[in-house]
Amino acid sequence: MNRQKRTAMILVNGILLFIVILWTIPTVGLLISSLRNRDDIRSSGWWSIIPNYGWSNTGEELPLPEGQTRDTPITIGSKTATFDEWRAGIDMGDGTRYVWIGTLRSGRIEIYRQQWMVNWNFTTDNYSQVLSGKEFEIRNGDGTISTVQGDDMSASFLNSLTVAIPSTIIPIMIAAFAAYGFAWMSFPGRRILFIAIVAMLVVPLQVALVPILRDYVSLELNGTFLGVWLAHAGFGLPLATYLLYNYISTLPKEILESAFIDGASHFTIFTRLVLPLSVPALASFAIFQFLWVWNDYFIALLFLGINRNNEVLTQRIANMVGSRGADWHLLTAAAFVSMLVPLIVFFSLQRYFVRGLMAGSVKG
Amino acid sequence: MQKTEGAAVFTASSDTPTPLRAILTLLAPVVVIAILYSGFLFLRENGNAPQMVKTIIAIIWGIGGATALFFVANGVVELLPIKWVARVQPFVFVGPALMLLTWYLAIPALRTLSLALVDDQTGQFTLDNFTSVFTERIMIEAWTNNLLWMLIGTTLTVVFGLLIAVLADRSRFERAAKSLIFMPMAISMVGAGVIWKFVYDVNPNIGLLNAGVTAAGGTAQPWLTLLQPWNNLFLILVLVWMQTGYAMVLLSAAIKGISDELLEAARVDGANEFAVFFRIILPNISGTLLTVVTTIIIFTLKLFDIVMVMTGGQFGTEVIGVRFYREMFVNNNPGSASAIAIVLLVAVIPIMGYNLRQFSRRDTF
Repeated sequence: MNRQKRTAMILVNGILLFIVILWTIPTVGLLISSLRNRDDIRSSGWWSIIPNYGWSNTGEELPLPEGQTRDTPITIGSKTATFDEWRAGIDMGDGTRYVWIGTLRSGRIEIYRQQWMVNWNFTTDNYSQVLSGKEFEIRNGDGTISTVQGDDMSASFLNSLTVAIPSTIIPIMIAAFAAYGFAWMSFPGRRILFIAIVAMLVVPLQVALVPILRDYVSLELNGTFLGVWLAHAGFGLPLATYLLYNYISTLPKEILESAFIDGASHFTIFTRLVLPLSVPALASFAIFQFLWVWNDYFIALLFLGINRNNEVLTQRIANMVGSRGADWHLLTAAAFVSMLVPLIVFFSLQRYFVRGLMAGSVKG
Repeated sequence: MQKTEGAAVFTASSDTPTPLRAILTLLAPVVVIAILYSGFLFLRENGNAPQMVKTIIAIIWGIGGATALFFVANGVVELLPIKWVARVQPFVFVGPALMLLTWYLAIPALRTLSLALVDDQTGQFTLDNFTSVFTERIMIEAWTNNLLWMLIGTTLTVVFGLLIAVLADRSRFERAAKSLIFMPMAISMVGAGVIWKFVYDVNPNIGLLNAGVTAAGGTAQPWLTLLQPWNNLFLILVLVWMQTGYAMVLLSAAIKGISDELLEAARVDGANEFAVFFRIILPNISGTLLTVVTTIIIFTLKLFDIVMVMTGGQFGTEVIGVRFYREMFVNNNPGSASAIAIVLLVAVIPIMGYNLRQFSRRDTF
């Protein structure tokens, strides 16, 4: 029985470990690649930072035997093989391997030997090039020097902050006021208006975008931060109001009553009493909304797309995929820059984060 | 909503204001609005102040502005006679939310519907926009692909989520494993698109998948482009990678909610682990399972970022979300775009309605 339990345990942990590795490898690969230099990324995979036993170039070479043809066997050293076989490489039997480099007439024979290899050339150059907006000199493989324009991600980073922080706080503030109003104040139409707000949860973003964009063009809000804040506030409100209502309406009635008897107004009770008591709910939703806004590409693309100065990180990266699709040293660094804030939030505030995401997952 | 009935509703009481305070309170809105307007002009002008400064000013302006407007509006209302305070004050609280929602969701939904029913060129009433949503060749491709995303994406996500939830429940490394699986949810779909484009790269020195294939003796494949229709599957895996964490967290919580006595009793009666899973665990978490399934179905219906970044909808990977964007902003057909949006709304309503019902039964915080 005990032994059976132990095998089961090993099986469970083994499968789990396998899945976890499968899930983590893509991100790890991205991080490692972002720290390797351009030429290394082109010539070998990021996994070559793991020590691997294989054929490595010794730097020694032999001249080509002359006067050979493609069809007749060629003898070099102790072995005889066709040209194509030499090109693929032949084991010489003494621990070396000869590879014909080049064509039949011109080229060389390189000698390889099996040994442990590892490529641990790390650099932060990719990050400085991606973050800065200045021009950079890079040395090409053939020794020439060319200048490239940096990608100015630090500007996009600041833009992302400018979009995300108010887009998180403004809707939460408006929603908290509304939630309190619906929970503790009396006015005509209270119930029907609340149901109307929650019903808005079913409306997908796409339904609202075309008319709002027209409004923005006529109000000259298109491409401004204010426009994006209001859009995120509008689209985030139904869920925020609903969640905060659920929390605020269950606060103990006695506390509010005694404050009222002491002569406090609704506004004082809300700001001094209800808000501090609601911190857990506010924090969970804030984290959800912040990440939602930070990671958003669609709304930014539509409402900020016209103004290149206000471009956020997701837009910048999507543009880089188009314009620098093969420059993996830059793309990987850029992607990691955009992931930095979410990952910090995730690993430091995981409990709130999970709660917020679970509650917020129905958002459209 | 039931709770509202039970909640006590208080009437407001406020002190009679002194004349000086009244004047100051009435002056405040003017000052606040003037400050906010000049701030708006400053920010829109995009002057040559350092960007860091502009960022800080914008954030303070936005948050401070919203706060100030609430305080000012309330200050003015509290000057009114007590009877009127009680009548008007609730609208200071719920008014901004109602106004924003009317402007951003309620009215646009109606305007989109009317746009969808009108021909873009002639301005005449027509149903053509809706027929083309279901008959155009590219739209049929998009619907087929969305169906693929829905079926394969949802199934794989839920199966993986469930498998991991069950395994993690029995492992000592539960927390670490769960947080690593959940991590992709924190990053943007654009970031995930880059990560997976990297994995799928056609060059075996760059793409991990092709490195594996060539190491096993195969030839490198262009996974995302020429390998149709399988390239859709490789895009779907990105969604599975991102959403499994969500499925896992919800299902794991549901599994932990099953009483230990029930499981123990079944095991004592000689049920093996598979019987316990299929006869006890699965029926007990069916509610959560449905919530997860519906949420991911809605997610796949609205899918945009992953496809946009990884293939742009080319190579037979078009989906409805990308189609909407192209009709609106590339082809300049607001009528067709609106029709797509309305169809999406109609498709989402029943699923979402069900989801909300489930959701209201759950404790949220």
